[in-house]
Amino acid sequence: MTTTRSAARATPTAQAGGFFARLSSTQIVYLVALLVMIAGSILVATTGRNFFSPGNISAILTGTSVLGFIAIGQTLVILVGSLDLSVSYVTSLASLIGAGVMANRSENVLSAVALALGISAVIGLANGLIVAGLKVHGFIATLGMGLIISGYLATNYKGSFGQTPFSFRLIGATGLGPVPISTLIMLGCATLVILMLHRTRIGHHIYAVGGDRDVARMSGVRVPGAVITAHVICSVLAGMAGLLLASRLGVGSPTVGSQGGYDLLSIAAVVLGGTLLAGGKGSVVGTLGGVLIFAMLDNIMSVLQINPFLKDVVRGVVIVVAVAVYARRTVITRPPRFGHGGHQQELQP
Amino acid sequence: MEGIVSSDAAENGQKRDQPVLEVRGLTKSFFGNPVLQDASLTLHPGEVHGVVGENGAGKSTLMKILAGVYQRDSGTVLLRGQSVQFSHPTQAHEAGLSTVFQEFNLLPDRTVAENIYLGREPRKGLLVSRAKMNAATADLLESLGIGSIRPTALARSLSVAEQQIVEIAKAVSYDARIISMDEPTAALSGPEVSLLYGIVQRLSERGTGILYVSHRLREIFDLCQTITVLKDGRIVGTKPAAELDDASLVRMMVGRPISAYFPDKLPAATAAESPAAAAGETAAPTPLLELEGAGNDQLDGIGLRLMPGEIVGVAGLQGSGRTELLHAVFGAAPFNRGSMQMDGRSARPHSPRQAVRQGIALITEDRKAQGLSLNQSLLDNALGVVRAVFPGRTSSVRREVAGSFSSLEVVARDLDQEVQYLSGGNQQKIVLAKWLAVSPRVVLLDEPTRGIDVGAKVAVYRLMRQLAAEGKGVLMVSSELPEVIGMSDRILVMRDGRLAGELPAGSTEEEILRLATGARVPGAAPEDGSTTGGTA
Repeated sequence: MTTTRSAARATPTAQAGGFFARLSSTQIVYLVALLVMIAGSILVATTGRNFFSPGNISAILTGTSVLGFIAIGQTLVILVGSLDLSVSYVTSLASLIGAGVMANRSENVLSAVALALGISAVIGLANGLIVAGLKVHGFIATLGMGLIISGYLATNYKGSFGQTPFSFRLIGATGLGPVPISTLIMLGCATLVILMLHRTRIGHHIYAVGGDRDVARMSGVRVPGAVITAHVICSVLAGMAGLLLASRLGVGSPTVGSQGGYDLLSIAAVVLGGTLLAGGKGSVVGTLGGVLIFAMLDNIMSVLQINPFLKDVVRGVVIVVAVAVYARRTVITRPPRFGHGGHQQELQP
Repeated sequence: MEGIVSSDAAENGQKRDQPVLEVRGLTKSFFGNPVLQDASLTLHPGEVHGVVGENGAGKSTLMKILAGVYQRDSGTVLLRGQSVQFSHPTQAHEAGLSTVFQEFNLLPDRTVAENIYLGREPRKGLLVSRAKMNAATADLLESLGIGSIRPTALARSLSVAEQQIVEIAKAVSYDARIISMDEPTAALSGPEVSLLYGIVQRLSERGTGILYVSHRLREIFDLCQTITVLKDGRIVGTKPAAELDDASLVRMMVGRPISAYFPDKLPAATAAESPAAAAGETAAPTPLLELEGAGNDQLDGIGLRLMPGEIVGVAGLQGSGRTELLHAVFGAAPFNRGSMQMDGRSARPHSPRQAVRQGIALITEDRKAQGLSLNQSLLDNALGVVRAVFPGRTSSVRREVAGSFSSLEVVARDLDQEVQYLSGGNQQKIVLAKWLAVSPRVVLLDEPTRGIDVGAKVAVYRLMRQLAAEGKGVLMVSSELPEVIGMSDRILVMRDGRLAGELPAGSTEEEILRLATGARVPGAAPEDGSTTGGTA
């Protein structure tokens, strides 16, 4: 997809000039990630430490996995023209169900995972049905769903609950060299979602519905199907993030999701990754770039022992600047009304 | 998708006489207002059937009922003898009836192939096969004689004409036996129209029945064998095109002959009333607007003068920079070099707001996207500019607005009606009223009569004459050459972002086209679609 896009853009943007104009938004994200990496390695070196040490790389990648799961799902939901603000509560709920059902027994792992993801899927289904069927905007529908889950959690769980067995905790703790298993699972999910978006009908329909619901409907696309699919997958991925947190913490927690601020952070990562907030355009690959940027920023600021409030300021600046750059690019890459050697000429007899 | 090969010659031979589509006694009302009453028509294989009528006559409603977008109240629709009732556009597609709607229906960020096969992407096993999809699209475009469009191009990167062609290709790709087209050339100019002609003819040769809705009567006569005229939701008549001419067709459409299609010039207002005349000497009045060597990213070396009381037409192909010129003068995409003067004083507005303050108005090409807030009332729309730029004048203008509505003959329930429920012609009048409310001295018009009916067109022309008589300057961009020729005191022709030349009033379409296309004179290419009476 990315290649098709940049190829298609090559003609109109060549004359518009400008370095940024020639890059796809995904390329910009990774360029920014590269810059952050260079800046980070220099800054970290000044403290006498190595940014590229296996330990630090592992720490950064670990930081990508939880947000990664959620942001991949959020990408789907945003692409289809909706939003999911309930993800962080689903994450908490899944961690509690997972740790609760496991109760420190290895033989319960499978059933716990299945139940946690199943309940997550049901929540996603409910979100999707409310958005597609009742025509409530995703923002409101999932805000409401988030509040419902949050209320349930606050009434029924006063603190951490359950316990994950050692075998399950390994998932969050081991890795292949510096690459944590959890990151590999997250990248596996990303690959499946990318495959779905580009190689299945439902994937194409998710883009179409987000681009223009009426056009999609008039072309025979089942709009609710696309919306519901995106919401279900998003919730399931949020559930996986919850299980991963349970694996790391060893227990389930009713606040682990909301404390992470994953709802807004995942939306920020998606937008940073070049996906249009209005839907219809964007990519999971871009989102992963956005997640990576956040993870590296966090890591650098932790190593430099920067005041945590300043961290948010930095994140905020990055998001705003990134989106401003995209907005500027959209202006530049507007198709030329006329051109020297443009399309019009080809059409004339 | 159906397996029947529509180009099968033998089948066509046998079934030439059996209609592919019969509509009988179709009736439809919205909220108690009948919009279609007892409408009937018959379409044969390979026939191009023109459907004409003023806006609001019920053409689009008829199209939408056939396409399954609206449900009929009563009547029957027979497709190859079988009674059908579609509740969703997909059902119409499956039955072999496709519609190219007036509004563009492409996803800008998807490729041509993805747009065409949306909803039925070709698969290999369970996965979508991009290779198959692109190959099928290339074949389809090739078969329509437009292989120059790449299947992998983003719809966004295509010109308006190419987008329209992709929409038609999409309609064809459903193996359609019947294609209805609603104003397919509304956004096209000269050579692009001839491309569309080619496609329509190819489809007709394959035996596809075509319902062709257009306001451009020349196209109707060029393409159609049969013409059905709708008026006020009823069929006035169906006749072979050969038995009609411009004049008789217009009479059927409006129910009366249009005597003065392009109104004569009005006598200029007295010198005292004309500010420019009062200020300047009689020998050399100051131009209202003067550009010299002006340019920006899309325009270069623009020099022009607009005198008080003058109507200057701007012609050129789609994409020649006509709209960009108006946007530059209006400060929406400002000039960044050269000089621009208003009344002899330097003025280069850097935003529409500054332009409005200097007395410039722009009636945009796309009234729905740039001219109106569709879900606001007539009154709110008409007061939009005054409120934004001259809030102090709002209350006095509010009283005048009703007057300007009645002088423009706006047909609406009341001032609180939302403009989205008005016909195209009435919407355009609201846009005009909105700009008249700020009493501009220079009026920029971009395709002022696109997609509006004959009656509304005449109202727009009268208004232009009246503005000129009041000493205002009018700069009009239009793709309809008869309109440019019929209304302009002078004609500027643009090509590739520059002024290719200036022609006096009374120039021919051929002279304009020669300038617009440069050295390459498309000998047989049809000029821009003529509307009523332009060449009668």
